[in-house]
Amino acid sequence: MKFTSVFDIIGPVMIGPSSSHTAGAARIGRVARDLFGRQPKWAKIYLYGSFAETYRGHGTDVAMVGGLLDFDTYDERIKTSFQLAKEANLEFEFITETANKEHPNTARIVLGDENSEMSVEGISIGGGKIEVSEVNGFKLRLTGGMPAILVVHDDRAGCIANVANTLAMHNVNIGHMEVSRIERGQTALMVIEVDQNIDEKVLQQISLIPYITKVSKINN
Amino acid sequence: MDVLFRNVRELVELAESRNVLISEIMIEQEMNITGRTREDIISQMDNNLTVMEQAVERGLKGVQSVTGLTGGDAVLLQNYIAKGNSLSGELLLDAVSKAVATNEVNAAMGTICATPTAGSAGVVPGTLFAVKNKLNPTREQMINYLFTSGAFGFVVANNAMISGAAGGCQAEVGSASAMAAAAIVEMAGGTPSQSAEAFAITLKNMLGLVCDPVAGLVEVPCVKRNAMGAANSLVAADMALAGVTSRIPCDEVIGAMFRIGQSMSPNLKETARGGLAATPTGKAIAARIFGGTA
Repeated sequence: MKFTSVFDIIGPVMIGPSSSHTAGAARIGRVARDLFGRQPKWAKIYLYGSFAETYRGHGTDVAMVGGLLDFDTYDERIKTSFQLAKEANLEFEFITETANKEHPNTARIVLGDENSEMSVEGISIGGGKIEVSEVNGFKLRLTGGMPAILVVHDDRAGCIANVANTLAMHNVNIGHMEVSRIERGQTALMVIEVDQNIDEKVLQQISLIPYITKVSKINN
Repeated sequence: MDVLFRNVRELVELAESRNVLISEIMIEQEMNITGRTREDIISQMDNNLTVMEQAVERGLKGVQSVTGLTGGDAVLLQNYIAKGNSLSGELLLDAVSKAVATNEVNAAMGTICATPTAGSAGVVPGTLFAVKNKLNPTREQMINYLFTSGAFGFVVANNAMISGAAGGCQAEVGSASAMAAAAIVEMAGGTPSQSAEAFAITLKNMLGLVCDPVAGLVEVPCVKRNAMGAANSLVAADMALAGVTSRIPCDEVIGAMFRIGQSMSPNLKETARGGLAATPTGKAIAARIFGGTA
């Protein structure tokens, strides 16, 4: 089930005019920022399908930049996000693509600062609800329903075992797990779908494991 | 985390066998899935209701979108109703004007609550605040109206689609209108089955509706589609309350909507390449707004 809550249907409270193109766009921008872990210095935003065709009229651009600035869907500051981005030293660029994606409302955000960069692809599936479809070029095949943990780490022996051990210690069962190595920067990514909700405490503990650079949770 | 219903048949059976309202089933499912308390869930919906109320109020005072394409029609309608000579009836036109008010606020980048989407955000509150004047519901009943709408929308979202980009306007205003019709029936004292009939009758009459926004903006024809969606849902609710039933069951209508959405040309799914967006006037408007890049 893609939609699990009544508030996916009656909600979100948002700045108009489009739930897919404005609220969903803000959420894609915000999840990219969350996964990056801090305010990026620059962002290149690639738009596909209906996003590419109609982004200006829907305020998709201001919403996405608003999301990168950590604004929620109902934050009035979305309307002036371009100006606010300038003040926050966030440079951004929109690139419209003609390639066909599986879903008509797809955006890929490449964001970074002087230390690192990251790529996040999100799709806006309707009513403001989004899914993260790709991180750093790695397709996320999440089956849905429960949260997934994303762990960015250095490509070192023992990393995966340490994370699995920490989860086992907290009695968290892994439903599905994928590991990929990203060529550039020698980083790797673990995507772990679990059978129950995860405590912030567990995430924090994972982040303390050596060679782990970033831990985040996606509410899928 | 147990889902209590996956389709309308299960939803109606559950409500009728337990002799509770559809809104109650929706609240219980939300508690099951999210682990949140009843009070917490109801308080969030209460807040959404307030946002809807404020959007209607703001729209009835008159707003204009940045492009100037929409705004002010809710005021025209209220002035017309006040003269007392309306042909289609006060309650129906009141719903229409309040749906328009909400979408005019949305088009002006105001704050709204998506139901189920922003482009279709007018129908559920528009009908609610019009029916309110006749049925005098409690605040709790008004909140239940939203949970009942949400229960039907939940089925559509998971079994078909609710975005214009995926399924055309039938998935947005079509879904919203059918959701509203079901909720009106519940508020008026109809049975869960009658809610499902009202839903089916409404959606059947919005099948095939394309998403063809002029210049890609959620303005033309979106605002007026919400107006007509609200009218549809009120008439369908009355039909269901009169005992009229749909020959095609609710879930099969949703299935038909899904397949129609899949077979619809991408030109007619929120790309602003077909339909009204591709008319000479539609293209001229786009050129005026975006400097000839239509």
